[in-house]
Amino acid sequence: MKKETKNPAIDRVDGRMKVTGGAKYFADFDLPDLAYCVIVGSEIARGILTGIDTKKAVSAPGVVGVFTHLNMPPIPGWDMPVSGQSDGGKPKPATEETYRILSSPKILFDGQPVAMVVADTFERATYAASLIKATYNKQSARTSLEKNIEKQVTPKGGDYKRGEAEAYESSVVKLEADYKIPIEVHNPMELHGITAHWTGKQQLMIYAKTQGVNATQQAMAQAFQVDPENIRVHTEFMGGGFGMGLRTWPQETAVVAIAKKVGRPVKLVMNRSQMFTMVGHRPYTVQTIQIGADQDGKLVAINHAATAETASYEDFTEATVNMTRFMYACPNVSTRYRLVRLDRSVPIWMRGPGEATGAFALESAMDEMAHKLKLDPIAFRLLNYTQTDPEHDRPYSSKHLKEAYERGAEAIGWKNRKSEPGMLREGNSFVGYGMSTGVFNAFRWEASARVILSSDGSLVIQSAVTDIGPGTGTALTMIAHNVLGVPFNRIKVQYGDTSLPKAPTQGGSAIVSAVGSAVFDACSKVKNELFALALKDGGALAGRQPTELTLSDGVVAVEKEPGKKVAVDVLMKSSQLTKIEKDADSKGSPDLEKYSMYSFSVHFVKVKVNPLTGAVRVIKAVSVADSGRIISPKTAASQMIGGVAGGIGMALTEEAVIDHRFGRFVNNNLADYHVAVHADVPAIETIFIDKPDPVINPMGAKGMGEIALIGFAGAVANAVFNATGQRIRELPITPDKVMRKMV
Amino acid sequence: MEQENLTNEPERPNASRRDFLKQSGVLAAIALTPPVAIAAVDQGLDQKLATAFEQQPLRVQINGVAKQLSVEPRVTLLDLLREQLHLTGTKKGCDHGQCGACTVHLDGQRINSCLTLALMTEGAKVTTIEGLASGDKLHPMQEAFIKHDGFQCGYCTPGQIMSAVACIGEGHADTPEQVREYMSGNICRCGAYANIVEAVMEVKNKGGQL
Repeated sequence: MKKETKNPAIDRVDGRMKVTGGAKYFADFDLPDLAYCVIVGSEIARGILTGIDTKKAVSAPGVVGVFTHLNMPPIPGWDMPVSGQSDGGKPKPATEETYRILSSPKILFDGQPVAMVVADTFERATYAASLIKATYNKQSARTSLEKNIEKQVTPKGGDYKRGEAEAYESSVVKLEADYKIPIEVHNPMELHGITAHWTGKQQLMIYAKTQGVNATQQAMAQAFQVDPENIRVHTEFMGGGFGMGLRTWPQETAVVAIAKKVGRPVKLVMNRSQMFTMVGHRPYTVQTIQIGADQDGKLVAINHAATAETASYEDFTEATVNMTRFMYACPNVSTRYRLVRLDRSVPIWMRGPGEATGAFALESAMDEMAHKLKLDPIAFRLLNYTQTDPEHDRPYSSKHLKEAYERGAEAIGWKNRKSEPGMLREGNSFVGYGMSTGVFNAFRWEASARVILSSDGSLVIQSAVTDIGPGTGTALTMIAHNVLGVPFNRIKVQYGDTSLPKAPTQGGSAIVSAVGSAVFDACSKVKNELFALALKDGGALAGRQPTELTLSDGVVAVEKEPGKKVAVDVLMKSSQLTKIEKDADSKGSPDLEKYSMYSFSVHFVKVKVNPLTGAVRVIKAVSVADSGRIISPKTAASQMIGGVAGGIGMALTEEAVIDHRFGRFVNNNLADYHVAVHADVPAIETIFIDKPDPVINPMGAKGMGEIALIGFAGAVANAVFNATGQRIRELPITPDKVMRKMV
Repeated sequence: MEQENLTNEPERPNASRRDFLKQSGVLAAIALTPPVAIAAVDQGLDQKLATAFEQQPLRVQINGVAKQLSVEPRVTLLDLLREQLHLTGTKKGCDHGQCGACTVHLDGQRINSCLTLALMTEGAKVTTIEGLASGDKLHPMQEAFIKHDGFQCGYCTPGQIMSAVACIGEGHADTPEQVREYMSGNICRCGAYANIVEAVMEVKNKGGQL
């Protein structure tokens, strides 16, 4: 393995499938006798469904079935303990309500399904759904976090404290500021849904939009009390997830139940508005940060409090305040995290999850504090830099953040930044520079993989993991190539199906580390077997030691004697082998617990602010990742630029707005909920530190999907301040907020 | 669009299906929904009969192949391609013309196939992502997307590629800024924009056949 050398940039292995339309997503599978499901959602956010008239729908042409709480087929597993947020296993803490789709007339959130209509065509299902008339006893909905903040609850995991709680108050220089993140919605381009096909009484085939086929399999096995072995879940391609596919949603389970009832395969493709209410969102969160420092800029205290919304029927938690505990050397730190249960659908982790929310607050506050101390923001961070994790009092497995600051500053032209805001102009526009740090756990989860080397020299890699876009297949190809020397074009990756070796859910920036390690181990087993064949008595290289051998391009050779070699196919044929197949289960050693493992990023932006309109444009972005050895430089760079695009949306445009009089969204579509488009995103420079982590896994790779986004919004807010002198603490930084302050 | 009581007829048990036929009629085919058909549905005759009366003939060339089809007037070009012709490369991202994932060419112009009723393509030539390559030889734009990694999850990619080819054809790809502006109807949530712009500019600057 060449942990010591950088990897070449190769094209995405599934690129051809994606540019030709050949890649099949869950809704692309044609099944005989396929029926179409359309969901009718509640028009109120809280109350009781007093009546639902389905008569017209039932008799509309092509209708196969209309399901409401009055006739929904039973889901046996729902009498069992409530399944966990992502893996279907963990019981949940009790909340005030219980939500089971189409099981009760109680309405707990806007858009909650009140009927599911199945017909033989999509058009007929859609039309029949329009004929359903629901009547409600409407109750006033609690959807505003601020108005209900006194009802906050303390989730498990709770508060954190080190040092003295009063340290902030007695600090020489103090800053206290409030920050707010609106509801953001994942909105992957692919609409959510599922295709369910009962191929036998206890045999189920599912084409899903899930980030984890094994998790979906487990959840369905529990819901329908079926042996997981009899459930196959397929998600080879997924049109983006960003977290919304980290759990099995109730409507998926409902479609499976309905497919069983109607006795034919059923496909649900939700509409875009339903993507705002049925598949989670980044929770609305308010935060307060207090930072205290001495007059030289050494941190004395940080207190970080966050309060986030959740549903009445489930407590969703994320790691919003965690970064504050370990990012900087600071003796006195406290964090506090609270939830407010609202009449809203439950949130789910959205890219960068809570850490992105927290980083916006912490890194904005760090910028504010630097300004107060008349210190350069990078210098302030370096002054409080730590090479050991102050939360757990142990070393970081690797941390090259200083180098990341330096290289990013150089690339953005940080030296052109003026420390006084409002000093730079280009044409009529204000110009400013901002930066921010991002950090996220580097995990090493358990995973399995299988590799099959054929005597013709080709290699197949198998793992159930889904590739939702980061380039997992390409990274696994690189890892196998590095161990076995098989040329890239002779390697095929098969993934995204429960018939393959079990893998964790694609999430938490953990897949290259987890599944990559399993592929590495399986390939190493193949390599060892090849070496053993070469070295055995009478073998081509008998008498040598394994350490003397190399393997590349189908040849086992003695490293220091160029002539001494044997081709892999010869080796295998002489042992009557047509293939060598190896499975590996891989998990980190207990030694990993001696270290704190994190990936780090630094984002630099240059913004332009129009003084007449307040419009902010990001005109240059540089993102630096310290995420260990980069396995697939090309797809990794794409992940980084994708984080920038997501970050621009988070910073400047994304906000799902609720009209609290009704508890419903007013902009639940892609015309009114503004994600970044081509015109919003400039050319982006990505920089990789690309130094292997010595402990986390044999490749030295840490994750980078989250750090690509975490911190970016803070960098934009800091740049807007540098450009205009206006500090915006509420995302998104829309022109009205900028103008309100500038006028 | 309530049509009830137009005729002052008393309510009959199967009124809704009759209403349905009348309403489809409002869309396009009222002349082709004779009273006999309404009566037939009222009497609970085979739904296939209803189907037959709801459908219209459509002649359209798709990816160079002449098709004679029978489609309901309310079927969009997008759903025709995906659900009836199984050309699933064209994607549904919003069904409201807000995202561009369903972009195809109609007589060489890029359109949102979700905003185009299938019957509106009578006599036209439709090209989808499946019809862009020549056999195994990829279109230069497809090659450029692979080279510049102009995608991640790949879902918006067919729409981006179809849009990009037309964007150059329209003369809207002179500069990266212009490409950004004229490609802004195609959303990529993974955020591959910077790479897509590189791919479009490369194809444009090479002046390859489009």
